[in-house]
Amino acid sequence: MAEKEKLYFTNEHEWIEVISEDYVRIGISDYAVEQLGDVVFVELPALNDTMKKEEGFATVESVKSSSDIYGPVEGTITKINDSLEDEPEKLNDSPFSAGWIVEVQVSGMLDTKEWMDAKAYDEFVSE
Amino acid sequence: MIESSHLPGSLYYFILKSRGVVMTEQHRYLPATEADRTEMLKTIGVESINDLFSDIPVTTRATHEKKIDLAEPLSELELIKHMHSLSELNKTASSSPYFLGAGTYDHFVPSVVNHVTLKSEFMTAYTPYQPEASQGELQALFEFQTMICELTGMDVSNSSLYDGFTSLGEACNLATAVTKKQTILLSDALHPQAKEVVDTYAFGMEYKIETIGLKQEITDLDQLKSVLNEQTAAVVVQYPNFFGSVEDLKEIKEILTASNALLIVVANPLALAKLEAPGNIGADIVVGDMQPLGLPMSYGGPHCGYFTVKSKYMRKVPSRIVGETVDIEGKRGFVMTLQTREQHIRREKATSNMSSNQALNALASSVFMSALGKVGVQEMAQQNIDKTHYLASKLKEAGFELFNHSAFFNEFVVKLSKPVSQVNNLLFKKGFIGGYDVSALINVEYAMLLCATEKRTKDEMDQFVKALVEVVK
Amino acid sequence: MTTSNTKMIFEQSKSGRRAYSLPENDVETFDLTAQLPKHLSRKNAAELPEVSELQLMRHYTALANKNFGIETGFYPLGSCTMKYNPKVNEDIARMDGFMNIHPLQDPATVQGALKLMYDLQEDLKQVTGMDDISLQPAAGAQGEWAGLLIFKAYHEKNGEGSQRKTILVPDSAHGTNPASAAVAGYNVREIKSNENGTVGVEALKSALGPDTAGLMLTNPNTLGLFEVDIVEIAEIVHEAGGLLYYDGANANAILGKSTPGEMGFDVVHLNLHKSFSTPHGGGGPGSGPIGVKKYLSPFLPVPRIEKQEEEYVLNTDYADTIGRVKGYFGNFGVNVRAYAYIRSMGAEGLQQVSEDAVLNANYLKARLSKYYDTPYKQHCKHEFVLSGLRQKRKGVRTLDIAKRLLDYGFYAPTVYFPLIVEECIMIEPTETEAKETLDEFADAMIKIAEEVEEQPELLHEAPLTKSVRRLDEVVAARKPKVIYQK
Repeated sequence: MAEKEKLYFTNEHEWIEVISEDYVRIGISDYAVEQLGDVVFVELPALNDTMKKEEGFATVESVKSSSDIYGPVEGTITKINDSLEDEPEKLNDSPFSAGWIVEVQVSGMLDTKEWMDAKAYDEFVSE
Repeated sequence: MIESSHLPGSLYYFILKSRGVVMTEQHRYLPATEADRTEMLKTIGVESINDLFSDIPVTTRATHEKKIDLAEPLSELELIKHMHSLSELNKTASSSPYFLGAGTYDHFVPSVVNHVTLKSEFMTAYTPYQPEASQGELQALFEFQTMICELTGMDVSNSSLYDGFTSLGEACNLATAVTKKQTILLSDALHPQAKEVVDTYAFGMEYKIETIGLKQEITDLDQLKSVLNEQTAAVVVQYPNFFGSVEDLKEIKEILTASNALLIVVANPLALAKLEAPGNIGADIVVGDMQPLGLPMSYGGPHCGYFTVKSKYMRKVPSRIVGETVDIEGKRGFVMTLQTREQHIRREKATSNMSSNQALNALASSVFMSALGKVGVQEMAQQNIDKTHYLASKLKEAGFELFNHSAFFNEFVVKLSKPVSQVNNLLFKKGFIGGYDVSALINVEYAMLLCATEKRTKDEMDQFVKALVEVVK
Repeated sequence: MTTSNTKMIFEQSKSGRRAYSLPENDVETFDLTAQLPKHLSRKNAAELPEVSELQLMRHYTALANKNFGIETGFYPLGSCTMKYNPKVNEDIARMDGFMNIHPLQDPATVQGALKLMYDLQEDLKQVTGMDDISLQPAAGAQGEWAGLLIFKAYHEKNGEGSQRKTILVPDSAHGTNPASAAVAGYNVREIKSNENGTVGVEALKSALGPDTAGLMLTNPNTLGLFEVDIVEIAEIVHEAGGLLYYDGANANAILGKSTPGEMGFDVVHLNLHKSFSTPHGGGGPGSGPIGVKKYLSPFLPVPRIEKQEEEYVLNTDYADTIGRVKGYFGNFGVNVRAYAYIRSMGAEGLQQVSEDAVLNANYLKARLSKYYDTPYKQHCKHEFVLSGLRQKRKGVRTLDIAKRLLDYGFYAPTVYFPLIVEECIMIEPTETEAKETLDEFADAMIKIAEEVEEQPELLHEAPLTKSVRRLDEVVAARKPKVIYQK
């Protein structure tokens, strides 16, 4: 289970956990989930789909909104949290653990410097 | 004696009125009195009503010189008289037996249907955006969805679309979206207007339409096999088809299994009382029009499209869906659900642009289905079969040749020896509304599509056959 | 309103009951099953309900009692024009000569229907200031789509089809505008409204380009504000090679006062179920005729209803038409009602309609502006927006205010739309409401503003007087249950 402090964040509110040199796990932040309200549906990509940077790869829906989740890296989707299809509430209950969305094998070098750490992210959203 | 120059609409009248010589008559639909208006203007803080329109650019304003020109208003009595005189110019199904079907049918509608739809709580409500004040409408539409799924054998129904043809257009849009393929194959045994409407949808979404020809009066499955390829998003057939015959959906589905193309079926809901539900023999999407079940012909509209899918495609369905839920006290209630599909939330990414649907007609159809019920729709469908086959056998006895080789429901094609329009004119003079000219569609010199619903009596059909014999002599 | 649970009609069903009678079959029965392949004969009957006629009427009466229509009370739903639907028009639409005619019967046998449609087209030309009308679109959104396909056909005809692929839409637009553009095959570019709530000429200029197919505008817009720069907007859109689309959802504000034609629009749709009094039916059917300027006439949907000598005919002979957008001739029965309405009002009556609609809206706005935030100060047209921001700071959301209004015996205004106003409350009273009703509504809104201060929890609990309490939309969307199962 990831602790928030070990994660990186984008200003589009995705979080990234670096699992190994070229594998990352991706989800959306506690702040994003709070803004969305009760998540009612997650539209997931297919296994082996290509993730492109800053392009939508999944959609998260509340009763009256639908938001695209953008790719923070380039790569190939290697794992999908398909339990979200039946239990989208996991995103609300534990956005950093049971509510993870996909794992990706990153193509090219992983550069964590472009992202915020938890502290910087919290400052970013409180602005 | 009134001079015509003093009549309403004349300049003289206008001047009199502006001087207050002629009283402005208060319109029956408008409650504001002059005193109300004065008081309200005062509250707003303006001198005259024109101050509230001063932001309209002067050059675009309607002025006395270029005011809109409409006929003088009618009182209720005059209006009824005028409208009655227009309606009297039309030949109707209550005075002549209709043998014309072709997608719109002269069926019996019990009185209860009209009485329920006239209830102002249904008729004058808007879309149920506030569910707590709209439970009646929502429950009725939920029941509609259930009945439609019962008839079609599908998992999910929306709460109606404009008509059967536009439902099919939406189905083709859905198929190209989910398969990411760009060609729709349309059977030549579809209603010709269905093909035209789908062509328009395809012009919008920029996908390709190809057609599958006929083998006698049904879809040519060998041709289907040859045109089907990896670019095919969906195959569309009608059940029963436009010429009345029953397509073999199971066989068509078997042809499609090798590809990922969807099977879209356009089905007459009345026929589904006797025919196997398309959902049980492979359909991915079933659409059609509820007109046969409780809606007057009304010169082609408003009718009511229905739209059903297998649950896999639930989140791609166009327009409104009603779902069951509970209130904070745990009591059963209904809401519009999965709204993120729709235009008011997802805007250009919505599954469709539809906002208004045909809710009141979906209600009418629900009332009809509830009135007839499980046994009644079967009885009505059987009477359609019986009458149509009686008519067919009488025509055969009289020496006419039928074009249909496969089993048909309540329509069939008969070959004639004279142009159909000429035959229809002569039939009209004998008091009948004859069938639809399908000569060009099936490439037969003279061919007419005939229909006999439960409303046709043995006597009417005997007379019609006699008349037809005389006419083509 | 009834508060007891109404059983599903399926729960009242008992085998053997019926609410219909058909005549005895007078011909021999025919066994279709014997002719069909086995797998095409129905095995299990559709489980439709089996009830008596009185049970049926009680069921639907119970449902009606849980529903709120215009005759129940004030229905201030913004952008929906919930005006009175005249009763006589229902009688007229049910006349035998309108209800029992077949769309494919010989036009010579339905001259009355064709004349009615032809005359309605002529009237709508007057009301819109356009040169030709098609009655075919079934509703506003279909009119938009048909209109944008006309844009597309026009640009293609000029050899610019592949270049002009963008439709501009203000951020205050109805959701159908961008959605219709998408299903017409267009990309959508949103234009930010300026601080006055209207389209700014500068923002528009910077969005226009060689890719512009056209601009869609609602005027007055969804904030109830007239686009004061409309003449200049029309000029610069046309200069850029684009076309101008008029979303007629708000036409109730300008009847007889101005026309989209005069304003410079090329294509317009009207919602006959809004401005022209036909009932909404709980969501439809509507009717969304479109009008075009002369040079776009060749692209209109077919068939067209025309007059040749003294005969009314259906003409499909137009090579450049976008085709057919719906079956037959549109929602004829709805058009009959709209025609009857126009004949009841006349030109002066329609102008009075708009004047009273605008008067009512401004009056309500004036009465409420002390108690709710009014983001736009200028006079409105037929509707206006409030913002519930002041109340939100006290912990009460606009949704709570909407639900509380139900307890006061009113329907709720449109809420959270347009999206550009926070905690938006959009109110459209229409001209058919008496001053007394407006005052009662204003009093209730003011009372609610007081409740926000004194008993906010009451608003969170609302509604308390309807057939159900607040419904759980999250459960409905997470675990969709869309048909009844025993």
